[in-house]
Amino acid sequence: MATRQTHRLARLMMTPSVAALLLWMLVPLALTIWFSFQRYRLTNPAISGFAGFSNFSFFVTDPAFWPAILNTLLIAGGVLVLTAGLGIGLALMLDQPIFGQGIVRILMISPFFVMPPVAAVIWKHELMNPTWGVFASVSRFFGMEPVNWLGSFPLLSIILIVAWQWLPFATLILLTAMQSLSEEQKEAAEMDGANVFRRFWYIILPHLARAITVVILIQTIYLLGVYAEIQITTGGGPGFASTNLPFLIYNVGVLGGNIGAGAAGGLVAVVLANVVAIFLMRAVGRNLDA
Amino acid sequence: MARAVSMRRKLTMTVLVWVVALIMFFPILYTIITSLKTEGEAAAGFSMLPSFTFESYALVLDQQDYFRPFFNSVIISIGSTVLALLISIPAAWAMAFTPTPRTRDVLMWMLSTKMMPAAGVLVPMYLIFLNTGLLDTLLGLTIILTLVNLPIVVWMLYTYFKEIPVDILEAARMDGATLPKELVYVLLPMAVPGIASTLLLNVILAWNEAFWTLRLSTTNAAPLTAFIASFSSPQGQFLAKLSAASVLAILPILLLGWFSQKQLVRGLTFGAVK
Amino acid sequence: MGSITLEHVNKTFGGHQVIPDVSLEIKDGEFVVFVGPSGCGKSTLLRLIAGLEDTTGGHIKLDGVDVTDKGPAHRGLAMVFQSYALYPHMTVRQNIGFPLKMANMDKAAAEQKVNDAARVLNLTDYLDRKPRMLSGGQRQRVAIGRAIVRQPKAFLFDEPLSNLDAALRVNMRIEITELHQQLKTTMVYVTHDQVEAMTMADRIVVLNAGRVEQFGTPLELYKAPANKFVAGFIGSPKMNFFEGAAAGKYQAASVGVRPEHIRISRDAGDWQGRVGVAEHLGSDTFLHVHVEGAGLQTVRTEGENSFNPGDEVWLTPDPARIYRFDGAGLAL
Repeated sequence: MATRQTHRLARLMMTPSVAALLLWMLVPLALTIWFSFQRYRLTNPAISGFAGFSNFSFFVTDPAFWPAILNTLLIAGGVLVLTAGLGIGLALMLDQPIFGQGIVRILMISPFFVMPPVAAVIWKHELMNPTWGVFASVSRFFGMEPVNWLGSFPLLSIILIVAWQWLPFATLILLTAMQSLSEEQKEAAEMDGANVFRRFWYIILPHLARAITVVILIQTIYLLGVYAEIQITTGGGPGFASTNLPFLIYNVGVLGGNIGAGAAGGLVAVVLANVVAIFLMRAVGRNLDA
Repeated sequence: MARAVSMRRKLTMTVLVWVVALIMFFPILYTIITSLKTEGEAAAGFSMLPSFTFESYALVLDQQDYFRPFFNSVIISIGSTVLALLISIPAAWAMAFTPTPRTRDVLMWMLSTKMMPAAGVLVPMYLIFLNTGLLDTLLGLTIILTLVNLPIVVWMLYTYFKEIPVDILEAARMDGATLPKELVYVLLPMAVPGIASTLLLNVILAWNEAFWTLRLSTTNAAPLTAFIASFSSPQGQFLAKLSAASVLAILPILLLGWFSQKQLVRGLTFGAVK
Repeated sequence: MGSITLEHVNKTFGGHQVIPDVSLEIKDGEFVVFVGPSGCGKSTLLRLIAGLEDTTGGHIKLDGVDVTDKGPAHRGLAMVFQSYALYPHMTVRQNIGFPLKMANMDKAAAEQKVNDAARVLNLTDYLDRKPRMLSGGQRQRVAIGRAIVRQPKAFLFDEPLSNLDAALRVNMRIEITELHQQLKTTMVYVTHDQVEAMTMADRIVVLNAGRVEQFGTPLELYKAPANKFVAGFIGSPKMNFFEGAAAGKYQAASVGVRPEHIRISRDAGDWQGRVGVAEHLGSDTFLHVHVEGAGLQTVRTEGENSFNPGDEVWLTPDPARIYRFDGAGLAL
């Protein structure tokens, strides 16, 4: 409710943001579409001209294509499940009265401040290294054979690394949401005879619906594009075991020098992102009365 | 009224939570410890007791320029955040106080631009940067990071502005305030906590952005993400040095995060809390 | 000067007509109250005058000048909001001085005006406090202070007292009325409370579903309501209405008689009934009487009387004070 003048002003105020994002979306997208139909090799300028759909068929028939799609979804899904699940647990714990809450909070939030390349370096060299890594030392302490995490369980390892980075974010948002639940509501449920589990299931969890939505939405945005962690830890391998779509596109397009096929892969990724986005909006968007 | 919690329960929870917190923090802690070891100690396996030597730091700083990427990181993360705030504040004002049936769609569309895979559009962006001379410049990286974080900034500000009663802005209009004055004297001062939180989060996100900064910079504009990336592959076997470089890369933002943790968390709800 | 003229003003929100067509002439210096049930469009009408909403059609004039297309900042009006809408980050002094700052007034002159306003409103001791440290009544006065400092053409009040408790409400009612007597500036005041309307207004606009049902002085509305809606809305307790045979006797579709215009007797009268609930206010007693064939009717009697629930009584209306209405509800 406001005047037409205010609405005109509002549109004007939105223009810079909308225009910037529109350009940011359309220009690269248009160029990507253009390239995807061109023969374009970095290594051989002689190859040029209209390519039809050959770039797409080249990209789609790459043996890494389907594993990459699957891995992209597994990484996003795995991290989401871990961070949302553990995040709720941590938030429940942090919601209790304890000593040293301030320091605990600082410790818990810290992984969020670590840039992806450093996180990858730390986990690869300090923790997961089968010879001198901490995990190996722990295994030996219990008399077990050290596990070569990145070699034997590359995808799981990457999921763990990324989940470690995003768990603080999920925990904080869930904790804030949990703290906004009125004490009265919890007490009312207690008066009604609900035990701890029922209180969690019927009162706390529904109250967290919006927060969980936000966590899923924001994290998904970042998780579909996980790149640095893979490059530094496994390099997409062994084989294609930890290659995701962004990594494959970079490999084909830039490292492989086939710009056309890389662009085709980019469009596939755009389509996948849209499919996920639509799915997300359907599934959780209603919790978000923006 | 809060009920008295038994001391035993509080102690139990304290121990439990501290254990979890230390596990979460352990990778960082252990990196700091390793960075204070000699290479020999670092290669010898698990130990929480370093000899507290700073020789790895000295070696890292000797071998590679740290301060240039550091200042590059500072400039592009703060620059892009300020730029994003300047563009976003009017947009968030418009969305929060003159909502239309399409406001939600616009917001979702803005967020969806972030779902576009960076790897997919890297080549065109690289060519655009190459042809406009923005490649490997601070201005170029600042622009990219502004665009990358813009949707998040708009969203955060929007959710924060929405909690401010529109009455107060209308009162300012009745009192003769034009739109710029309404923003400067009324809305922004009231939204300081939200703006601070948005600013902090985006400085952190920009500082840690590790795709565009790595791909669109080589030497001149290379920030700390590039500093650590260039270090990690050849130096993988020198664990103490690698740890020292890692600590150098994350320490500034870690300290900022620790000191502003309260301000950051206060606004970090994205409207998830009513 | 501050006359306000509305010419065929109408307002549509998303296809829904909130104000069909209103024309009004508010004279300079007048205290006019818009009253009506919730959702009647009274606040919308006020916001149209303020410029916070724009009209779908029609014209709004201030002192004869068409301001329909001017924004709220350029109309020279001041408004007091239901929520007070104080600036929480500013002190009382800054709050009151804000309109002067916006008008780029000289600092010393502005300071003087703020002090004057604070003195009038008994806020001098609170000038350096923030709004959250004030009581509801004080906040209300700050909002009024902010409105009066820049001497607007007219004051607009949007249900300013509804967030106060009952005792404070009566005090503030008197303060605002006194303020009007001092300033002699046009005031437009929106309320859903007909007591506020009757006690404060020079003239009252009764609104219903966006239409002006009647515009007149409080006593005109009381004595000569234009229709059944105004008759029922103005006056407390509400007017009693009779239909059917009881009304037919007076050649009307329905008749109304106010509780204060009914005599009650144990022996004889026009209508027979039984006392239900007796509400004792001390000065008066309201008896709710079940009348055969006409339902529950209210009668006002003196504070101390001998009627008890269950008593059989007779009611007799004052024949000079019977209001007759036709089938469409218009006064005959």
